[in-house]
Amino acid sequence: MELYELTIHELQAKLRAGETTAAEVTASVFRRIDAVEKDVRAYISLMRKSALAEAARAEEQLRKGEAGPLAGIPIALKDITCTKGYRTTCGSRVLDNFIPPYDATVVEKLRAAGAVFTGKTNMDEFAMGSSTETSHYGTTRNPWDLGRIPGGSSGGSAAAVAAGECIASLGSDTGGSIRQPAALCGVVGLKPTYGRVSRYGLIAFASSLDQIGPFTKDVEDCAIVMNVIAGYDPAESTSVPAEVPDYRGFLGRGVEGWTVGIPQEYFVAGIDPEVEAAVRRTITLLEGAGARCVEISLPHTRYCLAVYYIIAPAEACSNLARYDGVRFGFRAEGSRDLIDLYKKSRSAGFGAEVKRRIMLGTYALSSGYYDAYYKKASQVRALIKRDFDTAFASCDAILTPTTPTPAFKIGEKTDDPMQMYLSDIFTISANLAGIPGISVPCGFSAAGLPIGVQFLAGHFQEGRLIQIASAFEKLAPSEKRRPAL
Amino acid sequence: MEYEPVIGLEVHAQLLTDAKIFCGCSTKFGAAPNSHTCPICLGMPGVLPVLNKKVVEFMMKMALATNCRLNRGCLFARKNYFYPDLPKGYQISQYAQPPAEHGWVEVEIAGGKKRIGITRIHMEEDAGKLMHDEFSPVSRVDLNRTGVPLIEIVSEPDIRGAEEAAAYLRRLHETLVYLEICDGNMEEGSFRCDANVSLRPKGSETFGTRAELKNMNSFRNVQRALEYEIKRQQYLLEGGGSVVQETRLWDDTAGVSHPMRGKEEAHDYRYFPDPDLVPVVIDDAWVEAVRQTLPELPLERRERFVRDYQIPAYDAGVLTASRQLADYYEEVVRLSAEPKLASNWVMGEILRFLNEDKKEIRACPITPAALAELISLIKEGQISGKMAKEVVDQMYRTGAAPGAIIKEKGLVQITDEAALSATIAAVIAANPGQLAQYRAGKEKVFGFFVGQVMKATQGKANPQLINDLLKKMLAG
Repeated sequence: MELYELTIHELQAKLRAGETTAAEVTASVFRRIDAVEKDVRAYISLMRKSALAEAARAEEQLRKGEAGPLAGIPIALKDITCTKGYRTTCGSRVLDNFIPPYDATVVEKLRAAGAVFTGKTNMDEFAMGSSTETSHYGTTRNPWDLGRIPGGSSGGSAAAVAAGECIASLGSDTGGSIRQPAALCGVVGLKPTYGRVSRYGLIAFASSLDQIGPFTKDVEDCAIVMNVIAGYDPAESTSVPAEVPDYRGFLGRGVEGWTVGIPQEYFVAGIDPEVEAAVRRTITLLEGAGARCVEISLPHTRYCLAVYYIIAPAEACSNLARYDGVRFGFRAEGSRDLIDLYKKSRSAGFGAEVKRRIMLGTYALSSGYYDAYYKKASQVRALIKRDFDTAFASCDAILTPTTPTPAFKIGEKTDDPMQMYLSDIFTISANLAGIPGISVPCGFSAAGLPIGVQFLAGHFQEGRLIQIASAFEKLAPSEKRRPAL
Repeated sequence: MEYEPVIGLEVHAQLLTDAKIFCGCSTKFGAAPNSHTCPICLGMPGVLPVLNKKVVEFMMKMALATNCRLNRGCLFARKNYFYPDLPKGYQISQYAQPPAEHGWVEVEIAGGKKRIGITRIHMEEDAGKLMHDEFSPVSRVDLNRTGVPLIEIVSEPDIRGAEEAAAYLRRLHETLVYLEICDGNMEEGSFRCDANVSLRPKGSETFGTRAELKNMNSFRNVQRALEYEIKRQQYLLEGGGSVVQETRLWDDTAGVSHPMRGKEEAHDYRYFPDPDLVPVVIDDAWVEAVRQTLPELPLERRERFVRDYQIPAYDAGVLTASRQLADYYEEVVRLSAEPKLASNWVMGEILRFLNEDKKEIRACPITPAALAELISLIKEGQISGKMAKEVVDQMYRTGAAPGAIIKEKGLVQITDEAALSATIAAVIAANPGQLAQYRAGKEKVFGFFVGQVMKATQGKANPQLINDLLKKMLAG
């Protein structure tokens, strides 16, 4: 077995036992990148040179016994996280030449833990999309079927983990952008509680919904990365100063006596029969392990998509106003005056999906429409949150499919935004409610495409998600396959 | 028909916090362009704001000083518009749920006092500055000011004339400066004012169409611009025309206002709560703690000066124009126990020196103790008022103590009766003609003798003593 195929905890053991070195691990991952990246296209930029230096530094720390929890582990970053001195594009032409003067808080934390950064992964432009097809840097391919999308918006980060082009990665999730690609690429993806992981240095799409989280090969790795990145950040006003437990402590505890809610609204027409079957199988396995699965109702579920497509674009149109061609990023040539400079730079700098959402958001906030759209959406959002509060009063966790279908074909939904938006229908509610959610592989379609199951828990209950996900992972060990690249 | 102006003012005051409102950058004025900036105030991708608590406290001080009700919670909102001096493409301000509402201040107007209502006070960040060079096609932007904290103070439409508006502004200005939360410098833009003006037939309850006035950067300009605007609207209405709702810019040099171009003012700011900031909670304990830090406000102090020091209201007004000046005066009173003399000297010589040199009282080389010493010397008759003026001039220029100056110049007043009598006798003896005239009843000649004695003593003799002795000795 090659080093790039191993998990964080497997590599940690080998590194600490001196069976391999950080340099060898990093070299193995870059060899893998050289072999498959031309097919997968998971990365926008590689950080090969600095990775070697970081590996050397990690090696030194390992030798001295001062190694952090991620010492020598090659990790990829979604290109939405600011990296000091390294280009950060957010998948957009607007930021094609943008080199941040500072590191995101999560980058600092990973660095302090000894991580080796492999590069910046591809994504839908400004995280607006479910397939990475809106990226200015081309579409990432699903490692399980190169003719299909990897999901999005963090498609590059999910594909890189699935293809062995990194050991773990970070993504961001505004409406499902971690969980959906995790499901479609057959990896574990966690969206933490809003306020659990610092957003400082995460380029904003929708500020009240965005959250950074990990992609990993298994649940234990997910716990390891969460231990590093979770925690209060005084640089973020919405960061919550709640204590962070050791997430590894939730591994292997089982779900005996748990009540797991199965929301009826998530098993509706339009869900792929193979997906439904795989998710139902999960329910049976959990019941076999002693969990009680009960049908529950989240009555406002049907408003989630509508609420999301008002709030997220409204925040986005404001967040993206700074890309005006004046101080940094793309500037169109030959402008007559200021207004012309704005128009030309933004027209040429942004792609179609981003423009669509800027227009949607601008409209929703316009004078005369604010009450009918933004205000109403905020009120319904409170009801959606209340649905979950009610459910978690009697459930330890909620189980749903992560996506209605397995990965779709490249180009299949690019002309139909509504169909594209529907691929996030099961993941959006967690962002609106601010609760954590995890997607774990739960089987394959007949065509060999991965399927994911989603677990949701109450605010700051990431530990429960890790507990139930790890319990389920144990129940279905036979599902471990690798994409044939 | 007789018209009545209806005026509401919006004042923006820059707060004197060390750091900006949402980042740690310095707020200091006059630094090299863009040297007081960081990724946060530059609006770089990925950055987030964190509220400076001092800004909330400064806002609370002004709210309490203007009788506002402090709401328990307030929200920050984004005001969205594109301009090169606004790096994020939105200004973080407050819209729904402001922190302070329903306040008032009292102003003195002809015929008494009047309350002007304050609708609200809220916090926001300042924008940067564009610098245009008329000889170059390039404009530059300085973002040092971006993120400097402001409070906006919005008045009720209670103001009925240009003079009243100026009185209201002066009241806000002195309050801000007294609270030491704003330096009040209008030229540097620390204190800015916009006005909404409309006219209505006297006695009417409804409002007319209003125009908004901007770009008035001194009290005088505000008054002139308002006078102009009232006349302009009156002329329009009397001619059967109507006022257009628009924003107008005051042109100080030309003494007129011009409408802003439609494109510049046609904004839909798309306000919505800023999702990057959490609601600010202002509880009773915090309000009380801030209330404890409030100094005596100018109006109260003025009344106390009139009452306790028995000085005219006008003098009290001059002496309380700034907190430092009032502190200075009170220190002189404390050390000299002569409120009236202290008032005369501070308002007379001290303020004259400072005005000539455009200096603040805190830069005055004469300490309150030194001035009190001088006053005591006058009171004790050691020097004459005339000498004292010479001494105070020296004190201001050299910073020396009055005693030292008097000694060095030999300025000590001659109060020795015997010595002075001898001098007077000599003067009388030398002027027999004048003596005869005086004794013949020509009392005017008395002044001549005083002058001669003064001359003989080089002005050092105590004038009262000269008078007494002369009278006695001339009478024979």
